[in-house]
Amino acid sequence: MTTTATSNAADRDTLTRTWSDDLDLRLTDTCLRDGSHHKRHQFTAQEVHDIVEALDDSGVPVIEVTHGDGLGGSSFNYGFSRTPEQELIKIAAETAKRAKIAFLMLPGVGTKDDIRAAQDNGGQICRIATHCTEADTSIQHFGLARELGLETVGFLMMSHTQPPEVLAKQARIMVEAGNQCVYVVDSAGALVMEQTADRVAAVVAEIGHEATVGFHGHENLGLGVANTVIAARAGATQIDGSVRRFGAGAGNTPLEAFVGVCDKLGWSTGIDFLTIVDASEDVIKPAMPEECQLDRMTLMMGYAGVYSSFLKHAGNAAERYGVPGAKILLEAGRRKLIGGQEDQLIDIALMLKAEQEKLAANA
Amino acid sequence: MTNKPHSHKLTAAIVGPGNIGTDLLYKLLRSDVIEPRWMIGVDPSSEGLRLAADKGLEASHEGVDWLLKQDELPDLIFEATSAYVHREYAPRYEEAGIVAIDLTPAAVGPAVIPPVNGEEHVGAPNVNMITCGGQATIPMVAAVSRAAAPYGGVSYAEIVASVSSMSAGPGTRANIDEFTRTTASGVESIGGAARGKAIIILNPADPPMIMRDTIFCAVPPDIGQEGRDAIVASVFDMEKAVQEYVPGYRLLQEPQIDDPSPATQGQTKVAIFVEVEGAGDYLPPYAGNLDIMTAAATQVAQHIARAKLNHGG
Repeated sequence: MTTTATSNAADRDTLTRTWSDDLDLRLTDTCLRDGSHHKRHQFTAQEVHDIVEALDDSGVPVIEVTHGDGLGGSSFNYGFSRTPEQELIKIAAETAKRAKIAFLMLPGVGTKDDIRAAQDNGGQICRIATHCTEADTSIQHFGLARELGLETVGFLMMSHTQPPEVLAKQARIMVEAGNQCVYVVDSAGALVMEQTADRVAAVVAEIGHEATVGFHGHENLGLGVANTVIAARAGATQIDGSVRRFGAGAGNTPLEAFVGVCDKLGWSTGIDFLTIVDASEDVIKPAMPEECQLDRMTLMMGYAGVYSSFLKHAGNAAERYGVPGAKILLEAGRRKLIGGQEDQLIDIALMLKAEQEKLAANA
Repeated sequence: MTNKPHSHKLTAAIVGPGNIGTDLLYKLLRSDVIEPRWMIGVDPSSEGLRLAADKGLEASHEGVDWLLKQDELPDLIFEATSAYVHREYAPRYEEAGIVAIDLTPAAVGPAVIPPVNGEEHVGAPNVNMITCGGQATIPMVAAVSRAAAPYGGVSYAEIVASVSSMSAGPGTRANIDEFTRTTASGVESIGGAARGKAIIILNPADPPMIMRDTIFCAVPPDIGQEGRDAIVASVFDMEKAVQEYVPGYRLLQEPQIDDPSPATQGQTKVAIFVEVEGAGDYLPPYAGNLDIMTAAATQVAQHIARAKLNHGG
């Protein structure tokens, strides 16, 4: 421990944290959940087994496994899973020797029955995500999760769209409902440094004595690691990342890079840097359809504040209707679409196509 | 205690003076076969109760227990509270001989979608309006089902309802699982899909977004051009049928039909995009989700009323 910011955070949440006191930060790898978007939900049982084994060997304390859009996400709208997610959760839980297996659910997509099934399959941490103004839709799910004895985490998605004080109030709703940790989630990879710090600090000030605070970043403006460091300095003690950025959009905070940074800052994560770097090359890379790119499409998402998992769907619609994908994303930002509204990308593509045809007819 | 029939109208009580109940009041006041007489709530400061009193209804904040103690009981009760409340009270309504039109996702009675099975359950003691998302989307699932029936029907249908956060009251928020479950089950039982799924999104954008719904249906891979044309025609017909009671119900695009691929699990995929703009009775037009519920409930109640009045009350 070399920085006062994290020391204070660790002191403060000794009573509220749900994990070992030896760790300054508790990291969750989410390549088997957020990476599901990049993989178009095509993970095989073998890939999940191998990745969990490698992450577990590296000392990653929490591994999230679910369809990219959470429990029940397998659908026309978000993409069908190649392997049922409950089967993948089961394999992950059977494979991990030390790591806890987390799963994600979005009220409105999944249901309480999905949470029960995930627990039956060995999931231990229930992460419930709402848009950052809709926390009250999660109350019944947090209630159930605690009743079942699950550890709980709440996600305030698209946190860049609201000021710190709104996030703090929404965090309060989740904590009152039984949630033990609130994440500031930069779903669009649109937060810039101080904006991250202000939001995390506001949530810490509101609920820091009752629950821990987390940060989940994306790379759409290339700020994943920087935002995560600043979030930790502002008091976040639970941190998400994906090895090799394997996540939606330009990907998540690269977990192995963040582990290296933590080593240099003297923050203990319990993860062995050299082992996780090997896992990144030898196990995660072969499972990726391609590296996560910081390109025209993903930059547009960070710039216009678009939900990262729209990437592949915008690409599909662009191809199907012969319109520019970047324009679809910009229009999605203009319409203020939020996570879950992937269907509207088709409507946007059709609108752009009609505009193109009109222009061509007039030319 | 009697259910005294009026000569030309059935009497009605609205239970739950919130957004839905108050919007419903405006629509019932225009009905030629239903007379709204009571508005029942539990909070004396409710705006809905005040509005109902202004419009000449008997408004009480003493709940259903008060209503059921009155000398004269309504013929119809519109339940606009929550699924939990309706499950508790439904047996007492039935005992008192009052027909319940349930606007919560409690699903005590058979589910009704006016242009699909609106007149099937006119004799039932309790009918359920499913959910706003169900009212907006199940007609379209049914439209695809009927056209695809000769080719093997709809093996799976999925609906995505996006509504403005401002139009989703505490009932919807506390009942979000009931929303998805009840809607999915209506997609199957009334829409005719072998398997159904429902997704709801609350979007806080300001100015508020008008309700939008997308309906995806999986139909057999070998459905030819004739079958595809029949589906498109059936969808346009259904748009007109819903517009009869919700004028702001409209297709945003022509139905989109995608060839079978691994991404569609080998099925032909039909995608239908609709927007529901409300009539702006009590709530602003963006709240089409509430408007389609109250308009559908009014429509169904009028079918029930006409059937009863034609049988001598």
